[in-house]
Amino acid sequence: MSGRDAILSRIRNAVNASDDEDDPRRVAVSARLDFPPRGVIPARGQLGHDGRIELFSKMAEKAAATVDHAASAADVPALVSAYLRKRNLGARLRMGSDRRLRAIPWVDERTLQVMIGPTEGSDEVTVSHALGAIAETGTLALASGRDNPTTLNLLSEHHIVVVDAADIAGDMETVLDSLREGYGKGHMPRTLNFITGPSRSGDIEQTLLLGAHGPRALHVIVVGGKGG
Amino acid sequence: MQITSPSFKENAREALDDEQLQRAMRHVRGNFVGRRQAAIDALPEFEELRDNARAIKDHVLGHLDLYLEAYERKVEEAGGTVHWAETAADARGIVLDICRMNNARTVTKGKSMMTEEIELNDFLEASGIRPVETDLGEYIIQLRGEHPSHITAPAVHLNKDQVESDFRRAHTDLPADRDLSEPVQLLSEARQVLRQKYFEADVGITGANFLVAETGSSIIVTNEGNGDLTQTLPRVHIVIASIEKIVPTLDDAAQIVRVLARSATGQDMTAYTTVSTGPRRANDLDGPQDYHVILLDNGRTSLLGTEFQDMLRCIRCGACMNHCPVYHTIGGHAYGWVYPGPIGAVLTPALIGIDKAGHLPNASTFCGRCEAVCPMRIPLPKMMRHWREREFERGLNPKVARYGLKFWAWFAKRPSIYRFVTYLAMPLIGVMGGPRRRFRFLPFALGWVKYRDLPAPEGRTFLQQWRDRQTLNQDARA
Repeated sequence: MSGRDAILSRIRNAVNASDDEDDPRRVAVSARLDFPPRGVIPARGQLGHDGRIELFSKMAEKAAATVDHAASAADVPALVSAYLRKRNLGARLRMGSDRRLRAIPWVDERTLQVMIGPTEGSDEVTVSHALGAIAETGTLALASGRDNPTTLNLLSEHHIVVVDAADIAGDMETVLDSLREGYGKGHMPRTLNFITGPSRSGDIEQTLLLGAHGPRALHVIVVGGKGG
Repeated sequence: MQITSPSFKENAREALDDEQLQRAMRHVRGNFVGRRQAAIDALPEFEELRDNARAIKDHVLGHLDLYLEAYERKVEEAGGTVHWAETAADARGIVLDICRMNNARTVTKGKSMMTEEIELNDFLEASGIRPVETDLGEYIIQLRGEHPSHITAPAVHLNKDQVESDFRRAHTDLPADRDLSEPVQLLSEARQVLRQKYFEADVGITGANFLVAETGSSIIVTNEGNGDLTQTLPRVHIVIASIEKIVPTLDDAAQIVRVLARSATGQDMTAYTTVSTGPRRANDLDGPQDYHVILLDNGRTSLLGTEFQDMLRCIRCGACMNHCPVYHTIGGHAYGWVYPGPIGAVLTPALIGIDKAGHLPNASTFCGRCEAVCPMRIPLPKMMRHWREREFERGLNPKVARYGLKFWAWFAKRPSIYRFVTYLAMPLIGVMGGPRRRFRFLPFALGWVKYRDLPAPEGRTFLQQWRDRQTLNQDARA
């Protein structure tokens, strides 16, 4: 007997499984997979558009991220430049080929050098576009792919993430629903990163330190603003 | 890893005399408890989420075969490979096969208790493959040749000066006069040293906090980002997870995530919650070419359908040990195997045998804090009691304890005799306590009175006093 069969048969013995096609256990499992029941959704994030943006910013800052607001995508380059200048960083950044990022008028900031593609670790600043965000916890959701390669989320010192205000959901479940819609039910991007603040470690004397193996700083730019 | 659980008592004694350890354990008492409480106070739905988290896992355990099959189908659909391992040796063999197929020389690892359980590092090294731990805590203890003393904070037993001297010993290519007096300097050095390792590695191995049947995804919940680098940069990603890590849907994972980080570190969410599904796609510019999952039983199925089944709900948050007065006092290594604290007291006897781990379920005052804080509402004290029963049934405890228990049980099962004897004995024993009303010497309990006196009974028995109270209450109501 293979390991697979041995393990499954031990489980079946323990749970008194039957081989019937209409075994209520089978029915229960396919029902749950086809129609995932909503669990307990905390009231915290269940707010209107403006309230969600406000809560998202507050929670992201609580997790040691910094947050800027841009009225439109055209304002993003100036905000990025200001962020880099304030921290004495070079005017270079790397991003994927996300069409929303490509549409940003980076040339407005003439000194800013923009490179496209995944990073091999030598880039100080990377920019990604989030597919959504979660107000409840101040969390960004980023999907892998040519548009926003996963390495950009992990290997830079400063990770700047652009997110549309309209994509800030109250809770994780709403983001998951939009993924099911976008990728097809039961399918996922190769990597989905939920990111809440910069990388950190508490492994030395439980002192929380930022900048473990991932970015030391996470900067979020919310595009679209309130009332949008 | 040498199992030292049989010498738990000696281990505990050494731990009490270990000044460095005692200093480090003060951080545990001080930090974990308050941070968890603050996070929970800020979420009114926490108790409801706990109930739902428990219900999800109970549902999974009742349908585990079907969810495992569904999960396997989805992984394969996404281009990944599922391997089934009954034992630790099977799992190690599968890892080695994958490494050999890819001519792997270096393996980076995200933090994984499963790989501790199957002693993967020693095995890989013996097979000529270099395992590199990348979680800061795991990296530190790997340098020291130690094992984790905590399931989420593996180096919790160390102080920063110990880490500093380890780094100076190991990182000899860095300037000897560098300043490492601040924890953040230690962190930066580890970041710098490990960064290159991620790129050099041929295979990345991670554990999983959840396996999602709906999508065939594995989820890791981390703070440092090392697990993410481990599974993104090497050519091959291997996930090692025990079979009970399954959840039905992404929504179910989202429910349990809400109780996981709050219970572990007091965070609402950890910095990274990452959902991985299969290998690199056609439109991906990064990520691994191969994605393997090893589903490991290693004793889990033997708990299903027994009084220990609830243990399989465990999500390895560590809240039970963070709140355990025994763990606080002796640290994790004294428990003598992979899992310390209250979950160790229940899991270790199940996985290595009650004959070796009998001391662990006995090293509890049954204060109940572990059960009170467990996000999955696992009745840990009850299960420790089950182990004590099994130990007794198999005649594993010392003669004095066995006869003592039998003697007591004879009385306890005959309440009228019990009451009569205690009614006579209590005043007598009270007098024997002398003018200080304390015992400094007790036959068969020399160890106990070595460190404190036993107060003598003050007169009347509990049941006598209880009866009086009842009468008093009735009178008051009348």
